[in-house]
Amino acid sequence: MSGPGGVPVVVIGVGNEFRRDDGAGPAVVQGLRDLVPPGVGLVITDGEPTRLLEAWTGAALAVVVDAVRVSGSEPPRPGTTYRFVVDRPGTGSGPAASSHGFGFDDAIALALALDRMPGRLIVHAIEAADLSQGTGLTAHVAAAVDTVAAAILDDIGSFAARQGA
Amino acid sequence: MTHKNERVLSVKELARVEGEGALYLRANGNRVEEARLDIYEPPRFFEAFLRGRAYTEPPDITARICGICPVAYQMSACQAIEDACGVTVDGAIADLRRLLYCGEWIESHALHIYLLHAPDFLGYRSGIEMATQRRDIVERGLALKKAGNAIMEVVGGRPIHPVNVRLGGFYRAPDRAELAALAESLRRALDDALATVRWVAAFDFPDHACEADMLALWRPGTYPIERGTLRTRSGLAFPAAGWDEHVIEEQVPHSTALHAHLAGGGRYLTGPLARYSLSSQWLSPLAREAARDAGLGPTCENPFRSIIVRAVETVYAVDEALRLIEAYEPPGPPAVEVRPRAGVGHGVTEAPRGTLYHRYEILADGLIASARIVPPTSQNQAAIEADLRAFAEARLGLDDAELTRHCEQAIRNYDPCISCSTHFLDLTIERSLFMQNGAWFPCQVPAACRSW
Repeated sequence: MSGPGGVPVVVIGVGNEFRRDDGAGPAVVQGLRDLVPPGVGLVITDGEPTRLLEAWTGAALAVVVDAVRVSGSEPPRPGTTYRFVVDRPGTGSGPAASSHGFGFDDAIALALALDRMPGRLIVHAIEAADLSQGTGLTAHVAAAVDTVAAAILDDIGSFAARQGA
Repeated sequence: MTHKNERVLSVKELARVEGEGALYLRANGNRVEEARLDIYEPPRFFEAFLRGRAYTEPPDITARICGICPVAYQMSACQAIEDACGVTVDGAIADLRRLLYCGEWIESHALHIYLLHAPDFLGYRSGIEMATQRRDIVERGLALKKAGNAIMEVVGGRPIHPVNVRLGGFYRAPDRAELAALAESLRRALDDALATVRWVAAFDFPDHACEADMLALWRPGTYPIERGTLRTRSGLAFPAAGWDEHVIEEQVPHSTALHAHLAGGGRYLTGPLARYSLSSQWLSPLAREAARDAGLGPTCENPFRSIIVRAVETVYAVDEALRLIEAYEPPGPPAVEVRPRAGVGHGVTEAPRGTLYHRYEILADGLIASARIVPPTSQNQAAIEADLRAFAEARLGLDDAELTRHCEQAIRNYDPCISCSTHFLDLTIERSLFMQNGAWFPCQVPAACRSW
């Protein structure tokens, strides 16, 4: 994994393409296959924390893309995109009941505990409409895939430019 | 925090779906009257999804059911379809399949032992908390898991949802040099696996036994992973084709998962305890010695001690992988041809958490007429519920929070596949009586329900 200018960069799509909009992350990574600069790592994973750790360990820049459900008082807005620079876990998960139950917050917490955070971690999230069983993204989410892919290319370009400056 | 949006957001999680697993306990006085484990079960969707698809597709599609054990789904699917098509895969290709499966066992067991189960015994709230205080230990677990990961990558083509598996074998067989490189990391992993057994053997275990029959694959001379016939501790023996005759699945009101029991018998347990109790004599000498030194007898009924059994199975999987690599000669063609024909086929393999059964009916044109998938967790569900009932009943004097913690630990003994899309287990305890000064009194509110 050696991205632009020899800087290790990885893009990680998290999700399950058999849970409709949860396939947004993998769809973005698929769309980036012919677009990212040579050497940028592209990974699709299910979000299991140790796999995320393995994917981003040693990366100067890791970009994670995933579908998201947004809680709060505002009405849902499927297809809305968000971008976070992440340096600590959220307040989300407690102890899991099954090894199938670990989450993204666990990955961040584990990475911090083991000193395995990437140099910079950016998360792109697409607000999901439908996470039921099935294949195919809903229209708003599908429309957001290219937007997020373009934003990730911007992230990679900006990061490489800063490294080179 | 947001870049494009000024709204304040509470992002509880990133798209895994909560609420698909729950435990409900109803206690009356000092008795637990009901223990229900609600489990969402993805295979039901996949059974419908597969109808009308080509007979070549199930290995790839069913691998997506579970991110933790995709190889199990691939291997059971391949075996069942090959059975329907009258094809037997053996020799170097079969060995390569077993090697791939060892990788999955190592990965899955290391994850469960180090990040989920061990923290319960050591008083940590989670594996994350343990990592902050015992980084060396967790790093050892991750190194062990990575060795399994490497097998998945070299043999399966990538670390999750392997893409190199096809009916009849593989798209490409690795060469000896590729596997020799794997052996280097596996030799280090063997030391880590043995250290893991010694580590977990020193934990304190409550006296507890799961009162259920046990079912696992069985094949004389070989610890069961990817082939064999079925056997129970009560003496039942049958081939995969006899599954429908001997295993009954029933819908229960509280769960989307079907409950399984043995025909003419009762609930049963599948998974590490069953495999070990039926086939511990077929472990490799090194794994047998590790088990003996850890204090395990020839059988094990205590689900809390399943952490030792998983650790022993990890030793075995690493040891077995090294043996398979040492003996490896690349197969001529990496796959045997599997032509479609009308028929029904059955496949059973041992996923890390238990027996996984597939059955396919294939039409003459190669399309799938019907599919049936019975995952280990739905087989274990009745036994887990009965075990929780007994376990919780002995601990009803605890307050709800503490009882919840104990019940969660009891569930973790089994590492149920709640769903790869699930994050949370919600626990609801309903008490119709409460205890005060050692006596039971009615609640002011007859049914006090709380959710976590």
